[in-house]
Amino acid sequence: MMEKMVFGRYIPGDSFVHRLDPRSKLIFVFIFIAAVFLANSTLSYALLLAFTLLSILASKVRIGFLIGGLKPVMFLIAFTFLLHIFFTKEGDLLFELGFLKIYEEGLRQGIYISVRFLVLVLMTSLLTLTTSPISITDGLEVLLNPLKKVKFPVHELALMMSISLRFIPTLMDETDKILKAQLARGSDISSGTMKERVQAVVPLLVPLFVSAFKRAEDLAIAMEVRGYRGGEGRTRYRQLKWDWRDTTALLILLAVIIALWFLRG
Amino acid sequence: MERILSLQDIRFSYTPDDPDSRFAVDGVSFDMQAGEWIAVVGHNGSGKSTLARLIIGLLFPQEGTVGLFGDPLTEDNLWEKRSQMGMVFQNPDNQFVGATVQDDVAFALENNGIPFGEMTLRVQNALEQVKMDTFLDHEPHHLSGGQKQRVAIAGALALRPRLLILDEATSMLDPQGREEVIRVILELREKTGLSVISITHDLEEALLADRVVIMNGGRKFAEGTPQDVFLKGEALTALGLDLPFAMRLSALLKEQGIPTEPGTMTERKLVEQLWTLHSNR
Amino acid sequence: MDIALEQVGYTYAAGTPFQKRALHDVNVRIPSGSYTAIIGHTGSGKSTLLQHLNGLLKPTAGRVRIGDTEVTKETKGKQLKPVRRKVGIVFQFPEHQLFEETVLKDVMFGPLNFGVQEEEAKARALRWINRLGLPEGTAEKSPFDLSGGQMRRVAIAGVLAMEPDVLVLDEPTAGLDPAGRKEIMDLFYELHEQRDMTTILVTHSMEDAARYADHMIVMHDGTDVLQGPPGEVFGDAERLAGWRLGVPRTVSFQRLYEEGAGLPHGPAALTEEQLASYLAAHLGEGGSAS
Repeated sequence: MMEKMVFGRYIPGDSFVHRLDPRSKLIFVFIFIAAVFLANSTLSYALLLAFTLLSILASKVRIGFLIGGLKPVMFLIAFTFLLHIFFTKEGDLLFELGFLKIYEEGLRQGIYISVRFLVLVLMTSLLTLTTSPISITDGLEVLLNPLKKVKFPVHELALMMSISLRFIPTLMDETDKILKAQLARGSDISSGTMKERVQAVVPLLVPLFVSAFKRAEDLAIAMEVRGYRGGEGRTRYRQLKWDWRDTTALLILLAVIIALWFLRG
Repeated sequence: MERILSLQDIRFSYTPDDPDSRFAVDGVSFDMQAGEWIAVVGHNGSGKSTLARLIIGLLFPQEGTVGLFGDPLTEDNLWEKRSQMGMVFQNPDNQFVGATVQDDVAFALENNGIPFGEMTLRVQNALEQVKMDTFLDHEPHHLSGGQKQRVAIAGALALRPRLLILDEATSMLDPQGREEVIRVILELREKTGLSVISITHDLEEALLADRVVIMNGGRKFAEGTPQDVFLKGEALTALGLDLPFAMRLSALLKEQGIPTEPGTMTERKLVEQLWTLHSNR
Repeated sequence: MDIALEQVGYTYAAGTPFQKRALHDVNVRIPSGSYTAIIGHTGSGKSTLLQHLNGLLKPTAGRVRIGDTEVTKETKGKQLKPVRRKVGIVFQFPEHQLFEETVLKDVMFGPLNFGVQEEEAKARALRWINRLGLPEGTAEKSPFDLSGGQMRRVAIAGVLAMEPDVLVLDEPTAGLDPAGRKEIMDLFYELHEQRDMTTILVTHSMEDAARYADHMIVMHDGTDVLQGPPGEVFGDAERLAGWRLGVPRTVSFQRLYEEGAGLPHGPAALTEEQLASYLAAHLGEGGSAS
């Protein structure tokens, strides 16, 4: 089940999209999200969909994998689609079966909203699928840099994010170990009343917190010994490089936006 | 010979306001010359890890001074002194800061404002020294404990420290990991003449040092070459320490009426004596 | 209570692109009342094997017999609880499982889960806290106020208070100092003798395996490659080296001596005392042994 999830997963690769600078990808996705709301005609939605599919092709991520992994979201999209179809009562009546009445405007709105939803989800998933979490953090840190002027702790937040990412697998292993140790002592999480189940989580959570705090303490000491005292005067080992690919990607996006503008109804 | 470390009558308590409290480190003094390897040995709770924290300025003593590279350590020169030292801790997971091997090695360099070009060279070089240079992009959860500790050593080496402190760096590793780490440190010392303080409860490891300091109850119990110190034999066993294998075996042989030279500490020396006994028989 | 694994295989995340075979064709028998050591290089499958010994993992192939219970991939979770009462596991760094407000409550946790009455659970807890050599008054303390070594003992008491027939130990002394290590290992050995318990030790320490075990299982690449008494297993250093395993210090010293002295390999000396007697027999009294 977890293995098939696409959200937040990173799949290493060497495509055009993978090689983009995380900054250009972040900017691209933000602008794209805003641009989606420009679309209001069948042609403009068609363009958005086509452009999204092309982006997926350029990333070499298998479409089947992407759609399969987004199943829960697909249900949500289908649900909104149905809501619009049944509750919008404008335009010509297209179809009638008993109390079920489908109007032209309902169908149109249903399709529009679904496409909008779909391209948003696909594009953001594409960002996380082709960019390692640590690169996203780097990109965000640089992009948010101007906020330092208003005392926003950009560096600290980025460091927190990268350390959390680094410790996720460690804490997952730890959870598994503690769970097994308590099971071996006869603890039972999968049966009993709701109250019993909640109580059964305590033997898992307490040790997990204790260990997380211990790790945090150790890590803070190790960081201090290695000369960490905030972002001031630090240099960066992870360098970001903006090249022709990044400029090209943003130019293409600009062209799409201009086209969207002309295709508006 | 340059003196790089000088501890003078250090006293430290974690609860200095409590009059009944025991000093975790109680009147310890010793000096260290550049290029020396000192093993600090003691059972858990003997004050040996506190001593390491006092040297690197994570703690400050209530009495006495810590002299580093010629000056007393103070709040003002702390960061400068610290940039000349590296420290590797016990738990391999809890000191890995970077997302990948190379990021982790670069961490101290970033903190000290080393320019990018220089950093890439130093990272590469430090990883070569611990034989982890083919693991640049590996993430920590795909490394063994021994590999993580070698990365931690590389992270310390990248800063080109004058003193490396190992705080029980091998105690959580399996025998293979322990061997990997010890081999790396021995080689480093041979090639670079690095000064090392190794805090350990493994007496076999202490045998490799130039000098051994034995801690008990916060005090220095003994100090000298491994040869001198281990001659105390049973007094060390009484502290909960374990003598090296060759010494334990010599004692057992003596009970069986087979005499060996006093102070035989390595297996090599012992087996040579036994071979001689065998051929003279 | 005998434990036997027949044609056991285990694959993690089966049916996904991430699947990984951890065990295959494992056939081992752990005789009732034995002290069995399981050795193997990191990644040899010994920790996956360990989790099959009380149903924490169900085999994806083959079957595990624990006393008169049989565990296969079809076995229901509910049926496993009685098995876990009989087979206690002390995991590596067991102090990480402590969670209660007091030591007493933590040690009672296991017995209470397995249906022991409150009074009896308390009596057992106090008995085991005492048996593990914890100082007077520890029972009322918070486990988090204790030293590392004491926390380890509390966690071990928590497993022993379940009074299992089979005790599985996974590197129980990792991270302890030499004195602590020896005390704990000697205690387990004493319990093994007195309580007629089956003891299973998973370890990296060839010295511990040689000193305490009477039966050994060697794991390599996800399957069992050798079973037998320690004297036999450690007799052939070359074969062990092929599985990236060493021999105890005593044996390597013995071989070094024998080869330098031009003697044939004698039976492997499993403890320092045995080694000393062996050497003395060769060297002492005019070499009457040779």
